[in-house]
Amino acid sequence: MSKRIEVNDLNCFYGKFKAVEDVSMTIQPRSVTAFIGPSGCGKSTFLRTLNRMHEVIPGAYVEGEVLIDGNNLYGPGVDPVNVRRQVGMVFQRPNPFPTMSIKDNVLAGYRLNKERMKNSEAEALLEKSLRSANLWEEVKNRLDKPGSGLSGGQQQRLCIARAIAMQPEVLLMDEPCSALDPISTLAVEDLVQELKETYTIVIVTHNMQQAARVSDETAFFNIAGTGAPGKLIEMSSTEKIFSTPDIKATEDYITGRFG
Amino acid sequence: MTSVTQSTREVTPTPTPEHPVNKARERIGDRVFSGLATGSGVTILLILAMVAGFLLVQAFPALATSPAELEAKGYGQFWSWILPFAWGTVYASFWALLMAVPVAIGIALFISHYAPRRLASSLGYVIDLLAAVPSVVFGLWGSMVLAPAVQPLYLWLNTYLGWIPFFSGQPSGTGRTLLTASIVLAVMILPIITSLSREVFLQTPVLHQEAALALGATRWEMIKMAVLPFGRAGIVSSVMLGLGRALGETMAVAMVLSGAPVITLEILTSQNPNTIAAVIAQNFPEAYGLKTNQLIAGGLTLFVITLVVNSIARLIVSRYKEFSGAN
Amino acid sequence: MTALSTTTDKVNPLTAGQLPAYVTWAALAGALIVGGLLDTTLLSGFDPGTTAFAAAVIYLPVIYLLSRAVEGRRRAADRLATNLVAGAFLLALLPLISLLWETLSTGLPRFDAKFFSWSMRNVIGAGGGAIHALYGTLIVTGIATLISVPIGLMTAIYLVEYGRGALARGITFFVDVMTGIPSIVAGLFAYALMAIVFGPGTINGLAGSLALSVLMIPIVVRATEELLRIVPNELREASYALGVPKWRTIISVVLPTSISGIVSGVILAIARIIGETAPLMIAAGFTNSINTNPFANPMMTLPVYVYDQYAHPGVQREFYTERAWAGALTLIVLVMVLNLIGRFIAQRFAPKTGR
Repeated sequence: MSKRIEVNDLNCFYGKFKAVEDVSMTIQPRSVTAFIGPSGCGKSTFLRTLNRMHEVIPGAYVEGEVLIDGNNLYGPGVDPVNVRRQVGMVFQRPNPFPTMSIKDNVLAGYRLNKERMKNSEAEALLEKSLRSANLWEEVKNRLDKPGSGLSGGQQQRLCIARAIAMQPEVLLMDEPCSALDPISTLAVEDLVQELKETYTIVIVTHNMQQAARVSDETAFFNIAGTGAPGKLIEMSSTEKIFSTPDIKATEDYITGRFG
Repeated sequence: MTSVTQSTREVTPTPTPEHPVNKARERIGDRVFSGLATGSGVTILLILAMVAGFLLVQAFPALATSPAELEAKGYGQFWSWILPFAWGTVYASFWALLMAVPVAIGIALFISHYAPRRLASSLGYVIDLLAAVPSVVFGLWGSMVLAPAVQPLYLWLNTYLGWIPFFSGQPSGTGRTLLTASIVLAVMILPIITSLSREVFLQTPVLHQEAALALGATRWEMIKMAVLPFGRAGIVSSVMLGLGRALGETMAVAMVLSGAPVITLEILTSQNPNTIAAVIAQNFPEAYGLKTNQLIAGGLTLFVITLVVNSIARLIVSRYKEFSGAN
Repeated sequence: MTALSTTTDKVNPLTAGQLPAYVTWAALAGALIVGGLLDTTLLSGFDPGTTAFAAAVIYLPVIYLLSRAVEGRRRAADRLATNLVAGAFLLALLPLISLLWETLSTGLPRFDAKFFSWSMRNVIGAGGGAIHALYGTLIVTGIATLISVPIGLMTAIYLVEYGRGALARGITFFVDVMTGIPSIVAGLFAYALMAIVFGPGTINGLAGSLALSVLMIPIVVRATEELLRIVPNELREASYALGVPKWRTIISVVLPTSISGIVSGVILAIARIIGETAPLMIAAGFTNSINTNPFANPMMTLPVYVYDQYAHPGVQREFYTERAWAGALTLIVLVMVLNLIGRFIAQRFAPKTGR
């Protein structure tokens, strides 16, 4: 189910402002790739180009290409809706649909494509997704209660369950733990470790320890100054980035001598 | 006089230790000013009490005079007099809502989620222009422009869809029917429903919209998943406010419709039910004696109907506020 | 470049069938032509409104089915929704354009100097004007403003600065109730008040002003209250800390901060009530002569004038109709100008603090 992502010479714009410049990278399947870097360096912007969520913001557009198993996301005739079905996303703040029950939240995406699904089929998918998100035991007795009644950490895992119920190829996570307490963060990190058996995972994080804990590969982004576009400085195995990075700026950032 | 000197002494910036802070005497300026403010608030309560009271007093003769006497003078009993017009009021508003609500929600969505951002506020102004047109001008337009324009359509509806009770009967030759009045009402309440729903749609959290899009929803599916559920209470209350306006609107109906005191489902004939407000406007200038009282009693009935509708609307709005505050 | 060549080798599975843009335009043009033909042959002859309607009825299912065949069920539903939503907006433009066009084209011939200098006294048929109604509207609206602004402003101050407990809640509730009073009921109230105080059948400008005040007060309260609430508390506290008493703080700090908004709110409120017809018909009545005394005799106002010219035409109907539309044009111009001034003041003189 997981796939390789190849990015070639990608530039991201907000209107006239260039937010990310000339990024090229390869993301391996069945692995966790972490994006780190200071605030405003464009790592979240870049992540959103991987499922064409970037262009949702008015005036935003992209130049370059992103290939998933050789298929360009930005090729002619590509339907962003199809892209997003195959590349799931988890957001910074948990965002379950407030008017839907836990069950409806998990099945929300799947129902778009299959209006009539058998009850047994729905139950099976529901349980499988919630189990994959390590949430089943906690919510199995209140599946018909609203999702907004859960704790922050549970809500975030509900959002992960909602994303993987679509059986995507790739799972993007945009600082998924930044709104969570340490215990919930640990639960999500454990989950990420389990999910990489099945999915290609890309995670943006502010927290370098988190990147070191969960990721196999790490990419460091940086900006020259305010108004300048963000750039990919270095990408390598997490071990190498956190021990012997090739570039001085990476080392400065990792060791906290940044700025 | 003593209080005046007292106040001038207190205005000096030096603190007055002999008065503990919590027991400080109110300055005369503060007393006068807060008295004025409170008085104005109470005046509003008085005005409303007067509205209710004077209307009741003036309506009383029509309600209290014995049915036999009313019958003898040719006015008819109050309740049997008002009933067809109450029906007409509700029925005309029903058709107005039926036409206005889908269009208004469509416009609100168009402005909030479809039109280019830069155009959105100008497009909003265009719709608001409709709200700025005085009702008497709508009445003029409805009777002199709209009615002749839609009359052929009415003939067509009557010929081919006449088996539906609404379109049956002998169609009016002028086009000045209940349906025309309802179209004018629909145009008038359109900006009310649009502006409120638009506000609510714009407040839909970006997070929820992005969640839907990230699941692979099309724009319309995103609206169904995130925007409409979020705006449901706002839509309902805006519709109720529009209904309140439609029920009380006078001139647009009075100038378009030459209504009759009948209870019928037909909306294309020249014998369509009139509305309370229009009946009052059409008859009041020439009315005298008990007729005046009867019309005022009709106004009181209308007041009660709109009060109920508006109260329901506000109830929904206040619930909705609690709901959005909790999140 | 190698990557590019790989993409062209096989079909990209992410693509979906897509209707080219020209299909949309072709379908729209085709629907318009067929609609126009249907209109001219089967129905009552060519009419732009009917043609547009017929074209929409043809276009929507055609494009839906085309899209469904090429792009699939979900894209087709999305396309249909987009078309319907844009159609709703265009539909709302129809009455607006028609109304403005009719008012301009029919109203302009009599929108002349005579219209603004003559009354209708002893005028039968051609000629005449609306000066008496213009005077009446200015006097009645002016008095209504003089009554409503102090009461409305002070009530808003009470609600924001002093209001606590049951009285404040009650006033808030009843201001809401007042907002919902149908305008004709306000007219009946003024009539009933006059009948009880001065005897039955007392109809004059003051009664009209009272009716309008009932409608205007809640608008002023709502607008002002909202503005006073957004004045930051820091400003009040800074003033208290200087030893300024509360009432002086309100007059010299709170009100000046929001004065532009209040003025604009009052102007917009005037724009809302200046077109009111029904209450003035009942409370201020009809006359053909200039009456500048609001305390005696009926007083004509512009909206009532429009209604009167429309509803009680003489033998030569066209002159009355022309005057009605000229009056309508005057009213629309008045309301538009007031709206523009109100919005201009709100934007131009808005305090820097903002929300």
